[in-house]
Amino acid sequence: MRIGDFKESYAADEAVFSTSTSRFWLGGLFVLLAIFPFMAGEYLLYMANITGIAIVAALGLNILTGAAGQISLGHAAFVGIGAYTSAVLANRLALPFLLCLPLAGAASAFFGVLVGAPSMRMKGLYLCITTLAAQVIFEFFFVHWESLTGGIRGLNIAAPTLFGCDIGTEFGFYWVTLVVVIIAATVSRNLFRTRVGRAFIAIRDRDISAELMGINLFRYKLYAFATSSFLAGIAGCLWVNHLKSITPEHFPLHESIRFLAMIIVGGLGNILGAIYGAIFMTLIPEVLQTILKFFEEIYPQAMSFLFPLQTVVFGFLIVLFLVFEPHGLAEMWVRVKNHFRLWPFKH
Amino acid sequence: MDFFLLLLTSGIAVGGIYALIALGFVLIYKATSIINFATGEFMMIGAYIFYTCSVLFGLPAIPSFLIVMAGAGLLGLLVERTILRHMLGQPTISIVMVTIGLSSILMGLAEIIWSSDFKSFPALFPRAPLVIGDLIIRSNLFWGFIVALATVAVFALIFKYAKVGVAMRATAGDQLAAFSMGINVRSMFTLAWIFGSIAASIGGLIIGNIGGVQPNLGGIGLKIFPVVILGGLDSIGGAVLGGFIVGIVENLAGGYLDPLVGGGVKNVAPFVVLVLILMVRPYGLFGRKEIERL
Repeated sequence: MRIGDFKESYAADEAVFSTSTSRFWLGGLFVLLAIFPFMAGEYLLYMANITGIAIVAALGLNILTGAAGQISLGHAAFVGIGAYTSAVLANRLALPFLLCLPLAGAASAFFGVLVGAPSMRMKGLYLCITTLAAQVIFEFFFVHWESLTGGIRGLNIAAPTLFGCDIGTEFGFYWVTLVVVIIAATVSRNLFRTRVGRAFIAIRDRDISAELMGINLFRYKLYAFATSSFLAGIAGCLWVNHLKSITPEHFPLHESIRFLAMIIVGGLGNILGAIYGAIFMTLIPEVLQTILKFFEEIYPQAMSFLFPLQTVVFGFLIVLFLVFEPHGLAEMWVRVKNHFRLWPFKH
Repeated sequence: MDFFLLLLTSGIAVGGIYALIALGFVLIYKATSIINFATGEFMMIGAYIFYTCSVLFGLPAIPSFLIVMAGAGLLGLLVERTILRHMLGQPTISIVMVTIGLSSILMGLAEIIWSSDFKSFPALFPRAPLVIGDLIIRSNLFWGFIVALATVAVFALIFKYAKVGVAMRATAGDQLAAFSMGINVRSMFTLAWIFGSIAASIGGLIIGNIGGVQPNLGGIGLKIFPVVILGGLDSIGGAVLGGFIVGIVENLAGGYLDPLVGGGVKNVAPFVVLVLILMVRPYGLFGRKEIERL
């Protein structure tokens, strides 16, 4: 039984997965993820894909809001910019998917820096409201720059291919999503072990102290905006290639709030938290639908409450997690794990 | 020129209503440093309570109005006691998200209770539009403006002269000093929520009277952010001025630019102005610069 946490070398101290047990379970998870598409049907694969895309976006927001402490109410707009960039590049220049992916990220990152630029002079709530302004303004452009975005009718793109394989199917796209999610999670986990990532955390904890320690606040906040919206752009590119069509309605303020809810429910500033949160918030509507279907036999109009009930449950989840479990699902999971690890010697 | 004056007057009228809603927001922010993203939903609930009283129960306007105030006050009290009291001293993001969650709950509940159909009010004010020279102002808008200004004035008087108002101002200024002068700071927080909720619900009632009620009426609450940030989050005078600026800007921009780009300018223009003003004055026009110590 493991009772202590002893590290004998720096390598062991810096390891991401500190025990062989966690490495074993991680391997198990990968095997499971690799078998999954062969067992699952079309619907489950679809759910897996949209969950994966949500994870990438949530990981991005987690860098900006969770690690660097800058609240962004405009994350959906960045996902939208990535999606539109990818769609336009694929349609007009016929660029391959593999090239669209980084370019979509880069376009989002560019606008992320633009939105982050006011952080030179303001912070906190005022900065939060500028991101809200960005959301509103970008949404306006999605709708009204019709020559580029197709207005409210949106754009359609052809099924993407990768190395000659068709990845337009749910099965094919699953592998793309899986690889991107793994890369995104690894990159953002390692980011927090570098100078830049630690600077983000210092800024979140106390910006003035961070500045006194020699961190250039403005520059690092811009880095945070850039990396966060880069991941958002990647998520957007995946999103448009998955659904193969795009309209401005897909990126409203509500979607930005949903991303924030993901990282809060999961656990702010925690990579695993962002992943759990994204999975949880994507599955909740499905679970609700199943429950209501069950009630439909007793009360036939139950389904008409689906949408408002989703809104209410969504709100309650945010409030309850913040009041009772501010560190989110990640913390709950650690507690459950510790309970079993220490059982039966509780104290 | 007539077109300009028309836009200007309706901008001023709408601005007065924005000022009232922003007042509800600033009251809460000043006392508790909580930025209330559910202001729009408080408006919506106020409008629905009025609809229920006057249309479903057939009560006359004045009793319905009193019930709205009581209901809104109760809502504010409930929200403060059950949720926001636990959030004191939490990081900004938690507080922002709690009020966003609250707005989601209220919106969903309203849709479950009153359905998502459009509901309109009975005529509250005389129908005849106001005519000044060549200008014609819709009566709903004009009377709404008058009611909004009257409410703002009542709140201003309470703050200036009533004992409660002075105590609230003291709490906002320096909590510790207020404590030592025997002010019950906690009940001041509750009171701020009650007042804020009442101000927002009267605003919602006026807007509902102009354009009817729907669960997404609270979306108008988003426009409150340009209003309050323009004026500076902690300035009541700034909120009133910000209300007028936003009302006028959105009407002028909507009137002149909408035909050029095909609509929607009205909603985005206040935010563009907001970003421009914040570039020059990071704390809004009248906001206090926070002095931070380590």
